[in-house]
Amino acid sequence: MVNFTLNNMAVSVPEGTTILKAARQNGINIPTLCYLEDVQEPGSCRVCVVEVEGAKTLQPSCVTKVTEGMKVRTNSKKVRDARKMVLELILSDHPWECNTCDRNGDCELQKLAEEHGIREVRFTSVKERLPLDESTPGIIRDPNKCILCRRCVTVCQEVQGVGTLAPRARGFDTVIAPGQGDMLSDAVCVQCGQCAAVCPVGAISEKDDIDKVWEAIDDPDKFVVVQTAPAIRAALGECFGLEPGTLIKGKMTAALRMLGFDKVFDTNFAADLTILEEGTELLTRLKKALVEKDKNIALPMFTSCSPGWINYMEYFYPELIPNISTCKSPQQMFGVVAKTYFAEKVGKKKEDIVVVSIMPCTAKKYECNRDEMNDSGVKDVDYVLTTRELGKFIKQAGIDFVNLPDEEMDAPLGISTGAADIFANTGGVMEAALRTAYEIVTGREIPFNKLHITPIQGLDGVKEASLKIDGTKKEWSFLEGATVNVAVAHGLGNAKKIIEKILSGEKQYHFIEIMACPGGCIGGGGQPRMTTDEIRKARIQAIYKEDEGREYRKSHENPALKVLYEEFLGKPLGERSHHLLHTKYFNKKDEDA
Amino acid sequence: MLNKNMAHILVGIDGNTILSGSRKIKTDLITELNKQGLSEQISVIETGSIGPINQGVVIGIYPTGEMYGNLVEEDIPGFIQERFIKGRPYKKLLLNESLPSDLELEKYDSRKHQYIGRIVLDNCGRINPESIEEYIGVGGYEVLGKVLKENTPDEIIQTIKDSGLRGRGGAGFPTGLKWSFTAQEKGSPKYVICNADEGEPGTFKDRLIMEGDPHKILEGMAICGYAIGANFGYIYIRGEYKLCIQRLKKAIEDAEELGLLGKNIFNSGFDFQIEIKIGAGSYVCGEETALLSSMEGFRGEPKLKPPYPAESGFLSKPTNVNNVETLANIAPIILKGSDWFKKHGTKDSPGTKVYTILGHINRPGLIEVPMGVTLREIVYDYAGGMSTGQFKMAQIGGTAGDVLSEKMMDIHLDYKSLQELDHNLGSGALLIMNDSVSVTSFMKWCMKFYVHESCGRCSACRIGTRQLYESFKRLEQNEGYYDELTNIKELAKNLHLVSFCPLGQSISSPVLSALKYFEEELSEGVDIKKIHQSSEKKSNNKTYNYS
Repeated sequence: MVNFTLNNMAVSVPEGTTILKAARQNGINIPTLCYLEDVQEPGSCRVCVVEVEGAKTLQPSCVTKVTEGMKVRTNSKKVRDARKMVLELILSDHPWECNTCDRNGDCELQKLAEEHGIREVRFTSVKERLPLDESTPGIIRDPNKCILCRRCVTVCQEVQGVGTLAPRARGFDTVIAPGQGDMLSDAVCVQCGQCAAVCPVGAISEKDDIDKVWEAIDDPDKFVVVQTAPAIRAALGECFGLEPGTLIKGKMTAALRMLGFDKVFDTNFAADLTILEEGTELLTRLKKALVEKDKNIALPMFTSCSPGWINYMEYFYPELIPNISTCKSPQQMFGVVAKTYFAEKVGKKKEDIVVVSIMPCTAKKYECNRDEMNDSGVKDVDYVLTTRELGKFIKQAGIDFVNLPDEEMDAPLGISTGAADIFANTGGVMEAALRTAYEIVTGREIPFNKLHITPIQGLDGVKEASLKIDGTKKEWSFLEGATVNVAVAHGLGNAKKIIEKILSGEKQYHFIEIMACPGGCIGGGGQPRMTTDEIRKARIQAIYKEDEGREYRKSHENPALKVLYEEFLGKPLGERSHHLLHTKYFNKKDEDA
Repeated sequence: MLNKNMAHILVGIDGNTILSGSRKIKTDLITELNKQGLSEQISVIETGSIGPINQGVVIGIYPTGEMYGNLVEEDIPGFIQERFIKGRPYKKLLLNESLPSDLELEKYDSRKHQYIGRIVLDNCGRINPESIEEYIGVGGYEVLGKVLKENTPDEIIQTIKDSGLRGRGGAGFPTGLKWSFTAQEKGSPKYVICNADEGEPGTFKDRLIMEGDPHKILEGMAICGYAIGANFGYIYIRGEYKLCIQRLKKAIEDAEELGLLGKNIFNSGFDFQIEIKIGAGSYVCGEETALLSSMEGFRGEPKLKPPYPAESGFLSKPTNVNNVETLANIAPIILKGSDWFKKHGTKDSPGTKVYTILGHINRPGLIEVPMGVTLREIVYDYAGGMSTGQFKMAQIGGTAGDVLSEKMMDIHLDYKSLQELDHNLGSGALLIMNDSVSVTSFMKWCMKFYVHESCGRCSACRIGTRQLYESFKRLEQNEGYYDELTNIKELAKNLHLVSFCPLGQSISSPVLSALKYFEEELSEGVDIKKIHQSSEKKSNNKTYNYS
């Protein structure tokens, strides 16, 4: 422990604690702008400076560690004056468009200006107007609002290992730009939106599609159905001041109905469908590779539900294309089923059905616009709103979300299992797949307490598990005694680590789950800001709770799915499934080279 | 140059004189001497900067010591005729100063009670920088050989500590202490880096040192490497310094060929390799952590300290970064001892300081003077007084340095005296300005430099430098806000307190010193009726007419 003085208060903290953390633990807030816990501590916004006795200059508290006997003052006149000066400087370089900004009321700079009583800015703005970047389907960048905190740069380069965003030029002319271009479309961007998730101001956000959805709902000729991704139910509440990890599936369903959607469905339905298709695909690949000794079968097989990951793979590791499951993501499976099977069922033309997705994700906005995603004959998913957009949408409609009653989703595409819920977090798709695959092969439940494959849960970047298969059914006897090795990575930086190990031959697996965002979809680029590890954990915990409360917890038990196969699809990997539910990938590395 | 020739013509070939055609003049001189049949008696020797920088091609005659400037092709026959055939000075181009003679190199000046003479520049302008033999001829690499055989690394560090040498790059950190930090680190490999990214406007002493005596830097680096346990050295040099790079490269090759660098130097078992890294012209890369970022291939931005480079520097290994001039002091100190070194300069700031002096003075150029001489002495004794107008102000240490007025002319230029007045010695540029210069315009120019060179990492420096520039621009146009000077002062003071690195922190030096000595002149640009836009709205309540 280290003893020091914090504003005349004797305080003792563990060695290595920063002044910022020590202060916050002891009831003193120090403002920050560039600091992002667990992600970056660059000490560059200069808002968190404090006075340390004996130091010639003020010290950034986010990086300065407490030492024995240190005397720190967090709000002396010297500190207050300097901090105010820095805030005024930043404000002089920021457009005063708070009223019309996407982040109005949710902006870290606005909050600091309010907290520090800034009533006048002594500096005249000399900033030149830069063009908006609306070049990609998912992300919108307003470089004019950027305060150069570089959170997005750190996330893009270090956490995701993509390296799209970087500072360009220097001094006052510095901008955060995609590579050497001005627009994201000039560079390799996987659209994961982690940059938008950490932006403290309104400089990076998702593209706003709320008005388009209003328009569809207002059109009497359109039958508008909505699907909500598994991760929304553990996060949407934060938009209304509820604790992270509050489950709001029932209220959300009620709100969506009040908004005027004709049917409130669940992406979970399609997640269960994905498990049946992908699980069968895995077993088929294993059979072909192990029994038929087919050398053209690529293993390990990688999951394909995360569009950020698919983009990343197409740009950086196209040699893995044969290894990626051909299954479409649950969002796209839902879209195509809604516009074929469901349309038939309700006697609507597919052209008259509008599919709206609520996703924790910005890459989903990109995904629904891919050319391959028109297998119903029209665009399978019309619009994607992020969790944050849904929050705004509900507020725009004047709905008192917190006091809504719980409602149930509509049948049949609203029926799902606990296995689908856990798609929301890292390790979830793998667990769901193994719950089903193990049972198909052995006829028994997977031998884990409460069906949870604990080694692949949690926030470690790369997780592994081995599953020994005994007592197989006759048709799967080739797997008798085999050990299936699986791995899970979340965050593209971790994906890269595991891929490099596979490519170098250091590691061998059969099945790998990758999610582009840290923590999986619950930490997606479209989720309420800011997502810290604490919040990720709370959301994950809620998701497992949801799973455990379910009547059915294995995808193959989903009753609506059984009907879907009987009435429409036939069997997993059957001809119709193949046509509607599977897709192909493209080598974008060479295209961009 | 120790042969039976009658005389030598030393041609100063450095970055400045090359632009005036010094290389051509050198060949022309040789041709003319051949023509006159004098090539046996008189040799032409290429050397580094002789000193003056505004006198075109400068040559010196050895041993008589007279110097000629502004040499052009047409003058050469006449010059050879007059000087070497008729044997009298060629008055037309004769300069009012002479080469330092060997005797002067160590002379006791009773007036100043100290030794004067050259430590860093003793070979500059005397030997051919491209000849390792000439460097060895004046005792070069002798010390390196001696320490490798006779001294322990600790002894070397102790000698440097005892000498009181402080970093000549600007910050003035005690060199011996800095070495000891890296020496005690366990990590391996360790690195010695020579900071030759001289970016301070008006400072080019490192360039002239490297152009004039490259081997001295290499020897200093090798001694440092031995002392701290490093086998690798890098010279981080700005790309514009083409001649330096060329001469350093040749020096490294020559030294390696003779076994004075490379593997097993002097059979001592000590290996030391030196490589050159070329910078891309960013001022902030002279700051040691930004220099390291740049060397590692990243954007040239400063890093957080701690950890300090001594602990985690280049490639996260223990690294010692020293300025060119600092390293040029090493071999002489080790050769002659710390007591000898301390005879130069003052008690608290021993040694000499190399300055490049420029502006409205008669003799701009390179000088090496003892620590502690006054500004007045430099202007009137070393720089030949004002060329035009009256002395108005001087900026010491480059754009990041303090602006001093006439009443500060008797200030002693050494670390301690300046520190007591809250000023800094800086990098070694002395810009002397006469009364034709507007302090407001000059400050605007200084701020423009900061705006251009701020790296953009921290918000304080990135925006603050631009706002200061805007303030001085308004003042220059007599459009300053009523509280402009107060705001400038507050901003400069706070930038010093909160900026990430010494670049932003140093802006307070020129700004606050200019305010201190020239407030009245600066305030002439204030329009007392001009209020800020945001206040305008508040006070501009319309009076409604209810009738």
